[in-house]
Amino acid sequence: MEILKPAMAGTLESSDAQVTVEPGTQGIQLTLSSSVMNQYGRQIRATILETLERLEVKNANVTVVDKGALDCTLKARVECAVFRSADCSQQNIPWGGVIV
Amino acid sequence: MKNAVGREIPDALLTDGREVYQGKQYMDGKYIQKASPRTRRCEKPVDSKVVASLVDALKQCGAKDGMTFSFHHHLRDGDYVVNQVMAAAIEELGLCDLTIAATSLGSAHDPIADYIEQGKVIGIQTSGIRGRMGEVVSAGKLKTPAIIRSHGGRPRAIEAGEVHIDIAFVAAPTSDCMGNCRGIGGKSNCGSLGYAMMDAKYADHVVVVTDCLVDFPNMPASVEAIDVDAVVVVDSIGNPKKIASAAARISQNPRDLMMAENVAKVIASTPYFKDGFSFQTGVGGPSLAANLFLEQYMDERNIKMGWAIGGICGPLVELLKKGKVGKVMDVQDFDLDGVNSINQTPGHYEMSASQYANPANKGAFVNSLDFVVLAALEIDTGFNVNVLTGSDGVLRGAPGGHPDTAAGSKCCIIVTPLTRGRMATVCEHVVTVTTPGDCVDVLVTDYGIAVNPLRPDLIACLDEAGIPHVSIESLKEKAYALVGRPDDLEWEDQVVAILEARDGTILDVVRKIKPVTL
Repeated sequence: MEILKPAMAGTLESSDAQVTVEPGTQGIQLTLSSSVMNQYGRQIRATILETLERLEVKNANVTVVDKGALDCTLKARVECAVFRSADCSQQNIPWGGVIV
Repeated sequence: MKNAVGREIPDALLTDGREVYQGKQYMDGKYIQKASPRTRRCEKPVDSKVVASLVDALKQCGAKDGMTFSFHHHLRDGDYVVNQVMAAAIEELGLCDLTIAATSLGSAHDPIADYIEQGKVIGIQTSGIRGRMGEVVSAGKLKTPAIIRSHGGRPRAIEAGEVHIDIAFVAAPTSDCMGNCRGIGGKSNCGSLGYAMMDAKYADHVVVVTDCLVDFPNMPASVEAIDVDAVVVVDSIGNPKKIASAAARISQNPRDLMMAENVAKVIASTPYFKDGFSFQTGVGGPSLAANLFLEQYMDERNIKMGWAIGGICGPLVELLKKGKVGKVMDVQDFDLDGVNSINQTPGHYEMSASQYANPANKGAFVNSLDFVVLAALEIDTGFNVNVLTGSDGVLRGAPGGHPDTAAGSKCCIIVTPLTRGRMATVCEHVVTVTTPGDCVDVLVTDYGIAVNPLRPDLIACLDEAGIPHVSIESLKEKAYALVGRPDDLEWEDQVVAILEARDGTILDVVRKIKPVTL
């Protein structure tokens, strides 16, 4: 998918993550901060990158402010932000397809 | 050298006869030489010991560079006195190289972090360390490693002369002009002054700081004028709203209540649950709620609690007033119900930190305790508990009376949710061992109960009562299945805090954390 415009999903509440995606040209540029960086920073990064790869996002500036979200939450927030950026979060979401 | 809980203690710390932790009751029967207090004679009659300012009091006590000042934490997060005293010493008198020996410190003391960064405060000895102070100490900015002691370990260390207090500061809700102090009767009431008693007896000098001067004599005094050098009257010693909450409310959170009910079930299944039993609980959600369910079992079996100890709050005072507990021994109060009851409700008495938990005297109250219900930041599969460092390795807690009550009691129950956010509470290895696993008997979580294999007698009790339980390993796996297995923390070599076991041996050290950057 292509990131067409800046979009955001999630909150800064505990156990959530706020994901912002913006159009980019130089691959995936990820900025990550996390309240559990020392224990889970690498896993959080891997989860975000895998999710973007699954959605076939090749170029984007991605900012994630994580407040101890579980993997399932992180995935959902990334998916939502990407779909919003492409204006296709309102209908025809590919449940059971690329959104597992 | 590795100690009995498997922690590597640097040999450089094992000087002056200091040993690594060897297991509980290792020091039993050994003799100690108590330090004899040094004090200034005040033979000449004076009309009043009130001096004009903290600076005058500091001068009168000969305050100089390198001294150790002591404080107590009954004013909790409302305390103004630590910051006032340190500002007077450092900013007005220009003192440096100071050590703070406090019974506990909290986020009220964030300004002290600046003095640590400036190198004015070079030593911290405390139970609790949190907020900015926890962060700067974790970042290795304190010149000497902080020394963390339990509430029982501190009076032991003072008696043994391992902590020499040059000036003790007593934050007193009321005092008379000669220094007789009480925790009630003023505008910043805190109830018990139990943690200040030992300091007043062993310090070279004692300064009372109060915001309510009352008529002489202020009786019955918690800290007595015979130990006091000077009295300073300030506008306010603390924020009453943060000293004691209106009332410690019993949690309505269904998860807390479920765990609390299971705690009461476990207690009721043991042979120690009989008329006259003794009890301590924390004031955390599920721990406090356990009181409620316990009362039902007491009524059912028609038995009463003999006595209760600890930090005291409303629900326990309520039990006392209903005649369901014989006596309440109080080292600190957590809410206004506790504050207003001490020495007022028949059977509600003040006790010192040494009476409460000191392992080197001849029988602190904790030694006679049947049950204690405690919380944990982390507990590992060896039942070792951490209540000091966050899962990210930063200092943000306090052993408090945790290791003392766990070691002294017949049945120590830890109650904690399996996970907090993305943090696994039940884990493979706790970051810091604050309470050794051989003192912990039962773990109650929202996903199941586990009993320490060292206690086959308790396992039999639970089986007989039909209380299901699982292995602590299975709880750990469940936790990791939910939140993912965390990476191991990475540390520098520098030791930023030494965690003393209650007997004075070294239980663990906290090193400078190496933050993960991606």
